[in-house]
Amino acid sequence: MNMRRFLTNLAALAAALALAGAGRASAQLLINGAGATFPYPIYSKWFDEYSKVDPSVRFNYQSIGSGGGQKQILEGTIDFGASDGPMSDQTLAKAPGKILHVPTVAGADVVTYNLPGAPRLRLDGPSIADIFLGRITKWNDPRLTALNPGVTLPDEDILVVHRADGSGTTYIFVDYLSCVSQEWQKKVGRGAAVKWPAGLGAKGNEGVTSQVKQTPGAIGYVELVYAIQNQLPYANVKNAAGNFIEASVGSVSAALAAATIPDDFRFSMVNSPGHDAYPIAGATWLLVYQQQRDAVKGRKIVEFLKWAMQEGEHNAPQLDYAPLPPDLNKRVLAEISGIRY
Amino acid sequence: MKPFQNHWRKATSAVISAICFLCALMVILPLALILFHLIRLGASSVDWNFLTHLPKPVGETGGGMANAIVGSFVLVTLAVLIGVPVGLLGGIYLSEFGSPRLNWAVRLAADILNGTPSIVWGIVVYALVVVPMKGASAYAGGLALGLIMIPLVVRTTEGMLALVPNSYREAALALGIPKWKSVVHIVLKTAGKGIVTGVLLACARVAGETAPLLFTASGNQFWSHNLSEPIASLPRQIYTYAIAPYDDWKRQAWAGALVLILITVAFSAGVRVLTRGSNTAGAR
Amino acid sequence: MIAATAQRKVVLAPPSKAGDAFFKFLTWGMAMMVFVLVALLGWELFQGSKISLQQFGWRFLIHDWDPGNGNFGALPFIFGTFVSSLLGLMIALPLSLGTAIYLTELAPRWLRRPALSLIEMLAAIPSVILGLWGIYVLVPWLRDHPYPLLQKALAWLPVFRGHIYGQSFLSAAVIIAIMIVPIITSMAREVFRAVPDSQREAAFALGATRWEVTWLAVLKGSRRGMFGAAMLGLGRALGETMAVTMVIGNSTDISASLFAPGSTLASAIANQFSEAVDDTYRSALFELGLVLLLVTIVTNILAHLLVGAVSAPQDAFNA
Repeated sequence: MNMRRFLTNLAALAAALALAGAGRASAQLLINGAGATFPYPIYSKWFDEYSKVDPSVRFNYQSIGSGGGQKQILEGTIDFGASDGPMSDQTLAKAPGKILHVPTVAGADVVTYNLPGAPRLRLDGPSIADIFLGRITKWNDPRLTALNPGVTLPDEDILVVHRADGSGTTYIFVDYLSCVSQEWQKKVGRGAAVKWPAGLGAKGNEGVTSQVKQTPGAIGYVELVYAIQNQLPYANVKNAAGNFIEASVGSVSAALAAATIPDDFRFSMVNSPGHDAYPIAGATWLLVYQQQRDAVKGRKIVEFLKWAMQEGEHNAPQLDYAPLPPDLNKRVLAEISGIRY
Repeated sequence: MKPFQNHWRKATSAVISAICFLCALMVILPLALILFHLIRLGASSVDWNFLTHLPKPVGETGGGMANAIVGSFVLVTLAVLIGVPVGLLGGIYLSEFGSPRLNWAVRLAADILNGTPSIVWGIVVYALVVVPMKGASAYAGGLALGLIMIPLVVRTTEGMLALVPNSYREAALALGIPKWKSVVHIVLKTAGKGIVTGVLLACARVAGETAPLLFTASGNQFWSHNLSEPIASLPRQIYTYAIAPYDDWKRQAWAGALVLILITVAFSAGVRVLTRGSNTAGAR
Repeated sequence: MIAATAQRKVVLAPPSKAGDAFFKFLTWGMAMMVFVLVALLGWELFQGSKISLQQFGWRFLIHDWDPGNGNFGALPFIFGTFVSSLLGLMIALPLSLGTAIYLTELAPRWLRRPALSLIEMLAAIPSVILGLWGIYVLVPWLRDHPYPLLQKALAWLPVFRGHIYGQSFLSAAVIIAIMIVPIITSMAREVFRAVPDSQREAAFALGATRWEVTWLAVLKGSRRGMFGAAMLGLGRALGETMAVTMVIGNSTDISASLFAPGSTLASAIANQFSEAVDDTYRSALFELGLVLLLVTIVTNILAHLLVGAVSAPQDAFNA
């Protein structure tokens, strides 16, 4: 093979590819987002639906964890971020412009596990905290058998699985654990990335689900839809009112209804006092700059957000997320109208 | 020597030979298992649909990795554009102009670069390109892969050029041909096959790299229309699907892995085809 | 013809000087790029870690990693990197040496090249594919079969106590071993081949058995080369990212148990870099990269010093 010819061919190929790329650049606008894995199933559905509504734009969403979404929107390397832990005041202060939290849906963190027969367990806050603290180490621990009289729990080790990446799902979960366990609050505390006292780390909701699915005796916390889509059992958790609640659109909506939502839309809804409220629930937000850098992209983003609020929300219950109640929906639409581009 | 001692020595030798044979078998075993699983779990999923469709939304079945396959080709092409010129010319210098001490130092530096974990390249290129460009892009991914290629190509080029007999160079000088012409037209041509071999092997290596692409090229569920946008790549897509729980994604991860291995094998096969019948290149 | 050339030589000489000078300069520049790249790596990592270096200083190397409270230290990852790499080397080294001996001394000649090709194919498998196979084939098998047996048999050793997660230091060591065997085998084979046949023949002539020939003529004199091969393998082991990230369990704890999950420097960066929100966090991750780079450089220099004399340029194929 002739070296020169090889190089010439290669150069021609490269040029052709580059030209092809440049030529199609005008065909479609690509808007990049990244962040939470918690809402990935529904965002993924929304972006797919919206590409049919407006074929001139494509939304590329990378599910890398809430921490990643926050970081990249701060750095400006993406057009919008997604997070289920609200950004702190310190973090927001670092941003080059004002970042808006746009709540989209609310979901549930469920405690899922891999046990023979896939039983529906009943757990309460303190026992969950002690499992994740590494205090309760066996499935047939007296406290667990007391909560689950009808179930035979095996004499096996509990293998804890948590998140290895910065996660809003974690944020919601440890927020709850800090409310129900003093030891947790002192020892571990809140945050998107904490120092886990026990267990194995997996990447994203996807990773935790996968890990629990294939490790007998494992326990982890994931967003509801991940457990459902992968046929994993999850526990009914005792809420603040004393009832064991199954995670569902209804119970999450009940928690959402009882929450107080300030003007900047950053709020927590764990350990909700509602009678039928699921205690480990949280909202998820899209993070966008109030003053958009790029006028074309800005307009497209605003159009999408409006569509999400008016049309997209209808998809939420199918995927077991709770849509925003009408009054909150109106407030969010007002917030979206304030985005400048 | 007493017969017993002779028997003991012979027995020891036989046992150790057997152990060494077992070692060789155990070393080949993982390779056989991996190929077996790739084919068993992936082959049935590599169909026309898989090769030509885009990924489907989360939780839905079907879809493919077409954009990731094309993305990998684009990234490797970019890497070659960056890595080959620099590596080739650098290797030429070492072989044709260098001094023993300088060559030793360059070789050491090249080995250090070759041994650098690819994740380190990823974060360095992130700081260099992604942050100023305000976004992940094919350029950044291509640059990271290209930088990884440079020391590989330098070493293989130098090695191949060293195999060209000095008589060729001396003959050229004796005819009054300028040194640069003799290198380009005579020495390079002679070592050509071997150099291309080295480039193809470097391509095979970077085609399988995931870590440098995590933060530079990122990923894209759609076709990339522009090199300054994030781009999907086969290794990263495999990684994303591999750590996910959806059975359909797992199936696709195996299929993608099979396609990636086939691409790598194709590069190696290209190497074998090129080196067949040649006595200056690849002779071991 | 030659006489005509000699007469025209005066006319030809001057233009070629500029061409030669330019060509030499161009190629020199490109060769210098390797130094530039090494400097660039070091510089960027240093710049990136400035905040962390200033804030934590040397204590970074011995502190724990606690992003929630803003305390960063590389200890769990240094621990994980060394445990998994050294253990992987311990598993790989005997296997590689045995294989190399087999390939150079014992195997029938027609088998040698194909066997070597097979082993080189193993080296060519991308890390992510090994990780995929690791998660779904190797780790479940290890978790269900050898690990419980190990725990039953050797429970008195602290390293074999504790919950058996599957994803663990030990699994990472096994995957690393699989990945570095080809490079150690290849290098050891080069070292053994460099021993002249006359040595072997002399030993045979004295009545040595096959193994004694190998031991006396080849192994005894190759210690330096074998050590270098091991160093090369260690270097590769330290930098392994994807396969290790997928099977090591990603816990930031230090544990005495080999069955416990852990992290390495590389896997920590891979998992956490996308999302380090504040400057200190990001800077700490860059510093992890810096530590990783320095460790890799030292290992590679050692390997180079030990093996440099033996290696032929063809070894670049096996890089």
